[in-house]
Amino acid sequence: MNVLAIDTSNQVLGVAISKDDEIKAEYTANIKRNHSIGLMPAIDHIMKETETTPDQLDRIVIAKGPGSYTGVRIGLATAKTMAWTLSIPIVAVSSLELLAHNVRQQNILISPFFDARRGLVYTGLYENNHDRIFIKKEDQNIKMDQWLEELKSLQQPVVFLSQDIKLHQVIIKEKLGQAASIPSVIDHLPRPGILALLGAQKSPESVHELTPNYIRMVEAEANWLKEQENKQHG
Amino acid sequence: MGEFMSEYILGIETSCDETAAAIIKDGKEIISNVVASQIESHKRFGGVVPEIASRHHVEQMTMVLEETFHQAGLEMKDIDAVAVTEGPGLVGALLVGVNAAKGLAYAHQKPLIGVHHIAGHIYANRLEKEFSFPLLALVVSGGHTELILMKEHGAFEIIGETRDDAAGEAYDKVARTLNLAYPGGPKIDQLAHEGKTSIDFPRAWLEECSFDFSFSGLKSAVINTLHNANQKGETIKQEDVAASFQASVVDVLTEKTYQAARQYGVKQVIVAGGVAANKGLRSVMQTKFQSEKEMELLFPPLSLCTDNAAMIAAAGSIAFQQGHRASWDLNANPSLSIEKYATR
Ligand SMILES: [Zn+2]
Repeated sequence: MNVLAIDTSNQVLGVAISKDDEIKAEYTANIKRNHSIGLMPAIDHIMKETETTPDQLDRIVIAKGPGSYTGVRIGLATAKTMAWTLSIPIVAVSSLELLAHNVRQQNILISPFFDARRGLVYTGLYENNHDRIFIKKEDQNIKMDQWLEELKSLQQPVVFLSQDIKLHQVIIKEKLGQAASIPSVIDHLPRPGILALLGAQKSPESVHELTPNYIRMVEAEANWLKEQENKQHG
Repeated sequence: MGEFMSEYILGIETSCDETAAAIIKDGKEIISNVVASQIESHKRFGGVVPEIASRHHVEQMTMVLEETFHQAGLEMKDIDAVAVTEGPGLVGALLVGVNAAKGLAYAHQKPLIGVHHIAGHIYANRLEKEFSFPLLALVVSGGHTELILMKEHGAFEIIGETRDDAAGEAYDKVARTLNLAYPGGPKIDQLAHEGKTSIDFPRAWLEECSFDFSFSGLKSAVINTLHNANQKGETIKQEDVAASFQASVVDVLTEKTYQAARQYGVKQVIVAGGVAANKGLRSVMQTKFQSEKEMELLFPPLSLCTDNAAMIAAAGSIAFQQGHRASWDLNANPSLSIEKYATR
């Protein structure tokens, strides 16, 4: 099975091709740039490297967020259209779950996160158990200090993974002390090759119905809903 | 065998709040044309919310494409090139179309063509009638008021443009002041026909010989008139305000277009963009150009005035014929200028 994996959900741009259980090519760029410029040339590059033609693809895997709204949409617009037009299955994987797979340690809690400004993060809680990653708390948008309180109450060691680790490591250490572990820089980078292998195992979704996982509602919409509620009760 | 085969271009348009795809044949014939409008979704906010527009585009895109191919009875293998609006427009909205177009073109190794949104509005007319040059286009919409001179296919020269608000923007703002529901432009046109042009609103002619426009003074005059009347406890009929406002806009648009058309000796005058659907503008322009036997005045059919992808495919067809090809790093350009596009 030839799998094309795409991750444009955050600053890191990742694409990979796997054949059966092997990663054949991976491209990762960790630079501030519009993914619309870099994505298709990167796909073209690894397709050529692996001598894969689009019609030989059997599946497309996409990191569906959370992350940058625009970034996630660039990936989804590309992946959905390709999967639809090639009539092949599309698989969506949480961008946080993907990052969680960077931890190889057994039986440990993992908190991958992306900074969401104003003290907020996108995060979820995962656990590596017998080489499989299980979700313990679903992906959410939460104040980092509140999240750390929740983790503290679990009284278990937690690994933190993020490209934005520098922004939060002081407060992590402050709140969790010895229970918090922050691995070396290599583990904070999401790997598109892992995304490809992961997507090969998961069940596909309906291509028309697949949407990004923004987690957050559009502000204008949230305000509007609040207004309607006030009208009803006021 | 190639030269006897028909050319099919797929167009994609997502620059604002319509998710659209279309297939046209030989640059002039619509085979299928699908538009998923989001008006209902934005209505409650009184205008387009960019983030909501972008989200809808992602949700709708593949369904709109499926419907487009279904209606046409064609497949991607029949398509010669994929044309997409690269700008101007809302960046997040444009990006969905651009990346969907790249996905399609790449998957089938077809040429990719970036199209300027306004070039699309102008080329909507070619789906009705072949162009004859030189040609003058009056482009009027919520975001644009421009006079564009075309000496040949693909060549666009701006000879006049708005210095402040676009005509459509002035319509929307006046509509809001009159508490008309979004989108207010068509509603003003409707009210104008029931009212009298009893208020003498200003007309900005600017310097002599200038083909530029200005609508902010007019907009302020309307708002002030309503405000003053309100303070004095007088009521002005909404219909009369609409009629007087529209008369002022239409007067300036018609007169400047007419002067420019004569100065450049054009063979055709094309009115394009959302405001081209305005009945008041259509009738005044028709009267003005009636005696000009050497000049042909063209309006697109109502269905092609608002944003659609058939017009993008039509402009894309010419770009394709002229050998323009976008590379895989094509990006959305929210402020793409038409002159820069013409000399790409
Ligand atoms: Zn438009």
